Amino acid sequence: MARKLMKGTEAIAEAAIRAGCRLFFGYPITPQNEIPEYLSHRLPQVGGTYVQAESEVAASNMLYGASGAGVRVLTSSSSPGISLMQEAVSYMAGAELPVVIVNIMRAGPGLGGILPSQADYLQATKGGGHGDYRVPVLGPWSVQEAANLTMEAFDIADRYRTPVMVLGDGLIGQMMEPVELPDERPPAPDLPPKTWASTGWKGDRPRAVINSLYLDADTLEAHNRHLQQKYRQIRERERRFQMRFEEGDYDLLVVAYGTVARVALSAIEELREQGRRVALFRPISLYPYPYRELAAAAEKARAVLVLELSAGQMLEDVRLALGRSRPVHFHGRTGGHLISPEEAANRMVEVLEGRSQEVADV
Amino acid sequence: MQYEMVIAGFGGQGALLIGKMLAYAGMKEGKEVSWFPSYGPEMRGGTANCTVVISDRPVGSPVVQRPRALLALNLPSLDRFEDAVRPGGVILYNTSLVNRECRRTDVVVVPVAANDLANALGNPKGANMVALGAFVGATEVVPMTQVEALVRETFARKPALVDVNLQCLQAGFGEARRCVEGRDRPAAPGM
Amino acid sequence: MSSPAVLEETPAAASERTRAPVFGHPESLRQVITHYCPGCTHGVIHRLIAEVLDELGVRERTVGVSPVGCAVLAYNYFNTDMHEASHGRAPAVATGIKRGRPDLVVFTYQEDGDLASIGLSEILHCANRGEKVTVIFVNNAIYGMTGGQMAPTTMPGQVTTTSPLGRDVSLAGHPLRIAELVSALRTPAFIARGAVHTPLHVVEARRLVRRAFQYQVEGCCFSLVELLSTCPTNWGIPPHEACAWVEKNMVPYYPLGVFKTPDGGDRAPRPLGRE
Repeated sequence: MARKLMKGTEAIAEAAIRAGCRLFFGYPITPQNEIPEYLSHRLPQVGGTYVQAESEVAASNMLYGASGAGVRVLTSSSSPGISLMQEAVSYMAGAELPVVIVNIMRAGPGLGGILPSQADYLQATKGGGHGDYRVPVLGPWSVQEAANLTMEAFDIADRYRTPVMVLGDGLIGQMMEPVELPDERPPAPDLPPKTWASTGWKGDRPRAVINSLYLDADTLEAHNRHLQQKYRQIRERERRFQMRFEEGDYDLLVVAYGTVARVALSAIEELREQGRRVALFRPISLYPYPYRELAAAAEKARAVLVLELSAGQMLEDVRLALGRSRPVHFHGRTGGHLISPEEAANRMVEVLEGRSQEVADV
Repeated sequence: MQYEMVIAGFGGQGALLIGKMLAYAGMKEGKEVSWFPSYGPEMRGGTANCTVVISDRPVGSPVVQRPRALLALNLPSLDRFEDAVRPGGVILYNTSLVNRECRRTDVVVVPVAANDLANALGNPKGANMVALGAFVGATEVVPMTQVEALVRETFARKPALVDVNLQCLQAGFGEARRCVEGRDRPAAPGM
Repeated sequence: MSSPAVLEETPAAASERTRAPVFGHPESLRQVITHYCPGCTHGVIHRLIAEVLDELGVRERTVGVSPVGCAVLAYNYFNTDMHEASHGRAPAVATGIKRGRPDLVVFTYQEDGDLASIGLSEILHCANRGEKVTVIFVNNAIYGMTGGQMAPTTMPGQVTTTSPLGRDVSLAGHPLRIAELVSALRTPAFIARGAVHTPLHVVEARRLVRRAFQYQVEGCCFSLVELLSTCPTNWGIPPHEACAWVEKNMVPYYPLGVFKTPDGGDRAPRPLGRE
């Protein structure tokens, strides 16, 4: 495996192909256009199919059809387009269809702007569409990890029969880094066969009906209980996170995900050279959120600082994890502004020196 | 050791390409690298810039506020990033399109007339290669041999362009070396 | 019967002959009671599709897509693998199935609110891409499932629960002619309109449905058959009057015939039975 310099968007697209995905439906939107552009020339080379849909609404419903027919399928979009896809995401969660959705977030609300953001966290991790459902969400912090998690997302989707979202900010999409990709990444060997898929009924299995409609309250509640049981399994088995500088003592625990965690890491490294005791906690799976692991990591710290490219969305999960056990501080940028390492370091020092106000209960 | 640099110019001057080539050369050297472009409306004819980080260990923040080196291909780029460069760093600017002196005294200042040099070599489109060569000469962030190999690879399908671009690259490199060697220079990146 | 041949038949053979079904249940239709109202023609159209799937021998590789509308439960009636689509998106779902599994025969079963209103974008683009799927579009000029509201195909002056004074074309526009609209696309396709309010029309409708599926099975083109249908419940008239209502009010505005064939390009509709 040779290292190749790739844009995040292109690495995600190529990773999907290596994971056996041969089908893409999408609609152009900045800043993720390199994914459809790349796949429109690459998929035909490997016997796959690229379809430019008439809208994100249609694209996501094409996913519903393709996944229902048992095929690995991908779409990608950015915030406003992802909002349009929520209809089908809810239906796919209800019908238990495995698909992979990439959201390269841009700043909102509304048309917002095209610069990086993490302001779709709540939409992504708390369901996004109507009804009681959750979607596993993975937040990569490097181009290599974006590729790895995309390949893994297909397995998670197939294993639990659920849509899975790879949630990147505009930075992940646009930056280039060296990437190593396997020639082929076959599906995990223990994945269940897709006997439920609509592949033509020859009487050798129950008739496949890809559906989320249950008009009878008892049946629908039973279906919901089944979904919740599945989400419990996902919460038990699919929590992913990373810690840095967890050895030894630390006064401050910084919590950040995606590229913001890398900015935080640079700032922490600089502060540690000055003798400041700071550690980093990075959730990789945003649903399921590593609540227990975060709570354990915070035990050593006097305070916790959350950094986000939003007005404070993951902050809610951090507070859910910690309750009132530790003071939680927050620093966020919106509008497409990034947090610089200097800005992050300044906020860390403010918290360490007692010059920061903790997030108030409102 | 980690080295961060900002490459900036008008859209079309090749700032993003220069950045990519530096990142690529760094990767070929076995380093960890990241390349992050400014993107959006400013790509269309406005200023385009990118941040490149080359490091011995995994790159932390790909976002850099205080780079160690700046390559300013035009005046707006020098105006915008001049003050951001860390003391002891390098500012290389294109005097063909910058009609003032660099104001910083705590950095190594390398003025190179990239467009004029390229024109003199009969290759007006080679100004970006002059700038790249000069930047490598001034910062030594990647070995020149690696960049030369990259130029050969980039233009492999258009052999006629290999030599003229190598000429530009070397002209820029030589110019920067003369400029740097003619003065006391703060510590090299030490990679 | 007075034919000597019949008289010579053995009792066993005679018994066998009389038990041989001349009109059976299509294999592609499940033997269940449907939820459709008395006098509704959805059941007739279901049967036509099922007979055609049987005839073409494609039932075991067919996947149907049911809509949101009265036929929302069609997945319980067709004896094939089925998808239930969200409102209006059946052509997108069908696109996904067909592009993922080109070996399958894919059809959507849609109604006027589903296809002509909320799903107009999906149907036009599906047809324009020339997806090799078959669309059966049931037009009964009203929203049935939600209780009789105005549809894009509701006739001028027709009273519905949301056009209590009759459809006012100055505010609601004129009824959408879907077959004509889709025929206007340059992409080769088979587009036709039939009806099911008399036995003669049912026979002709069956031919159209068969041709539509035949084109798909041959991998030829997108196909759409619009079928004028009845809704006695929401029209508020008995079934036999509903059939007469189709003839009197709908057929003049929605002419029957083949609008487009993949080989002949665009052509004017032909009168029923003289194609």
